Amino acid sequence: MSANQVALWYLVASICFILALKGLSHPSTARRGNLLGIVGMVIAVVVTLALVYSHTKNVGMILAGIVVGGAIGVVVARRVQMTQMPELVAAFHSLVGMAAVLIAISAIHDPAAFGLPVPLPSGNRLELFIGTFIGAITFSGSVIAFGKLSGKIRSAPVVFAGQHWLNLVLALVMIGFGIMFFLAGDESKWLPYIVMTAIAFVLGVLIIIPIGGADMPVVISMLNSYSGWAAAGIGFSLNNPMLIIAGSLVGSSGAILSYIMCKAMNRSFVNVILGGFGAEPGAAAAGGGEKKTVKSGSADDAAFVMGNAESVIIVPGYGLAVARAQHAVKEMATKLREKGVNVRYAIHPVAGRMPGHMNVLLAEAEVPYDQVFEMDDINGEFGTTDVALILGANDVVNPLAEEKGSPIYGMPILEAYKARTVIVNKRSMAAGYAGLDNPLFYMDKTMMVFGDAKKVVEDIVKAID
Amino acid sequence: MVDHIVYYLIIFVLAVFVGYHVVWSVTPALHTPLMSVTNAISAIVLVGAMLAAGPAAFDWGGWVGVAAVVLASINAVGGFLVTQRMLEMFKRKEPAAKRAGGH
Repeated sequence: MSANQVALWYLVASICFILALKGLSHPSTARRGNLLGIVGMVIAVVVTLALVYSHTKNVGMILAGIVVGGAIGVVVARRVQMTQMPELVAAFHSLVGMAAVLIAISAIHDPAAFGLPVPLPSGNRLELFIGTFIGAITFSGSVIAFGKLSGKIRSAPVVFAGQHWLNLVLALVMIGFGIMFFLAGDESKWLPYIVMTAIAFVLGVLIIIPIGGADMPVVISMLNSYSGWAAAGIGFSLNNPMLIIAGSLVGSSGAILSYIMCKAMNRSFVNVILGGFGAEPGAAAAGGGEKKTVKSGSADDAAFVMGNAESVIIVPGYGLAVARAQHAVKEMATKLREKGVNVRYAIHPVAGRMPGHMNVLLAEAEVPYDQVFEMDDINGEFGTTDVALILGANDVVNPLAEEKGSPIYGMPILEAYKARTVIVNKRSMAAGYAGLDNPLFYMDKTMMVFGDAKKVVEDIVKAID
Repeated sequence: MVDHIVYYLIIFVLAVFVGYHVVWSVTPALHTPLMSVTNAISAIVLVGAMLAAGPAAFDWGGWVGVAAVVLASINAVGGFLVTQRMLEMFKRKEPAAKRAGGH
C-alpha cells in the first residue's frame, strides 16, 4: 500500500470520527453516529496493519495485542453498570494516557519503525515531549479520579500549604528537563526524558488530589480533553494527520464540556482546578445561630401528596445514583402517570459525577427522553407545578445561589422552591458538597423524607394506590 | 518550501474548529455518551502503537509497543461498545399505560 493510499484512507477514517460526534446531536441519530465511529476505527486499524505488513511482515504481535485488549474491552463494556460509568470513563482515559507515553518511548528508542529519520530530529523530540507529558498527566490524574469516583480513595479535597507553588515549581522543572531532552545528543537523551516523564506522573496526581467529589464533572471532562491533546501530540510526533484530527476533536470536546460544567457552577476553570472548594465547611452558613426546624414526613405522606397532585417534577441528584434508585423512580412515575399526574424530570448540568450522568441513569430505567428536561427548558415550569420531588440533590436546588454574598451566589439552580409543595429525600441533614446549609429544607411548604433514596421511593410506590 | 510541521499545524487548527462546532451541537442529554465516544476515538493512538509493535527488528521497544496496543485496544473496543450500550437505552419507549393496555 502506497503512502498516498494510506493517507487517503486515514482521511476517510477522520471523516467518520467527525460524523460520529455529529450524530450525537439527537438521540435518534446517535447510534448511527457511534457505528460510523467504529467504521472509522476499523478502517484505521486495517490500513495500518496492511502498512506494517508491507514494510516488515511483523504483524503477529500486533494482532495478538489487539485480540487480548479487545477481549478485555468486550468484557468490561458488558459487565459495567450504568451507575459506574463515571469511574469507567476515568479508567479509560488513563489507558489512552499510558498508551501515549509507551508509544513515545518506543518512538525515541526506534524512530525507524515509525518511518521517522534516525537520529530523531529535534522537532519530533519537542512533539514527543509534549505528547509524553500530557499523556503522563492524563494517566496518573485519571487513576486518582478513578479512585475518587469509585470510592477507593477519599473523594474529599486534599490540600496543604504551598501546594500550588509546589505544582508550579515541578512544572517548571519538568519543562527544564524537556528542554534538556530537546537539546541532548542521541547518546544522552534518555535521562532527561525519564526524569521529565516521572515528574509529569507526579504532577498528574498533585493536580487532581485537591479537587473534591462534586467537582468531578469538570475534572473528568478536563481529563477527556487531555487524552485528546495527548493523541494529537503523538500525531504531530509521528507525522500522522489522522491522529492530529481525531485528537483535536476529542480535545476540543472535553474542553467544551469543562466549560459547560464550570458555567453551571458559576465558577472559573482556574477556581475549580486550584481546588479545595468545600474543604472548610461554611462559616457563612452557620451565621444565624437560631435553631431552625424542618418538617419531616413519611413515604406514605409523600405518596399521598403526589397522588393528589396534577403535576410533579422530579429533580434527581448524585444521591439517586449512589442508591441506584433509577428503576424505582421510573416505577413510581409510571404509577403516578397512570393516575393522570403529569410527571417530568429536571436535570441540572452538574447533577451527578459526570456530564449527562442523570440522563444515562434515567435512560437505563427506560424513562422516555421526552419526559426529561434540561434546566433552561423547565425552570419556568416550577411556579405552576404542584410538587417538586428532590431525590438526593442539594446544591443544585439551593436558593442561597440567588443571595448576594453566599459562596455559591450566581450559580444557576433548578428553581424547585417555586413549586407549591417541595418534597426532599436525603439520607440525613448533613450539608451538601459546598458545605452550605440549604434554606429550601426549612421552608413551610417543604417536607423532608429521610432515608436511602431507593428504599424511600419503593415505599412510595407501595403506598400509591 | 513550507515545513511539514506547518501543514500539521494547519490541520490541527482546522480540526479544533470542526470539533468546536460539532460538539456544541451535541444535546446535553447525551453528554455522557459524548465522553465515552470521544474517549473511544482518542484510542486512535492504537495506530501509533501498532507501528511500535511491528518493527523490522523486534526488541524491547516492540514489547513496549505491544503493551500500548493492548491498552489502546481495550479503550477502543470497550469505549465504542459501552457507548453503544448506553445509546441503545436512549430510545423513545411506548408509554407504559399503553403497553399495559394489551398492545
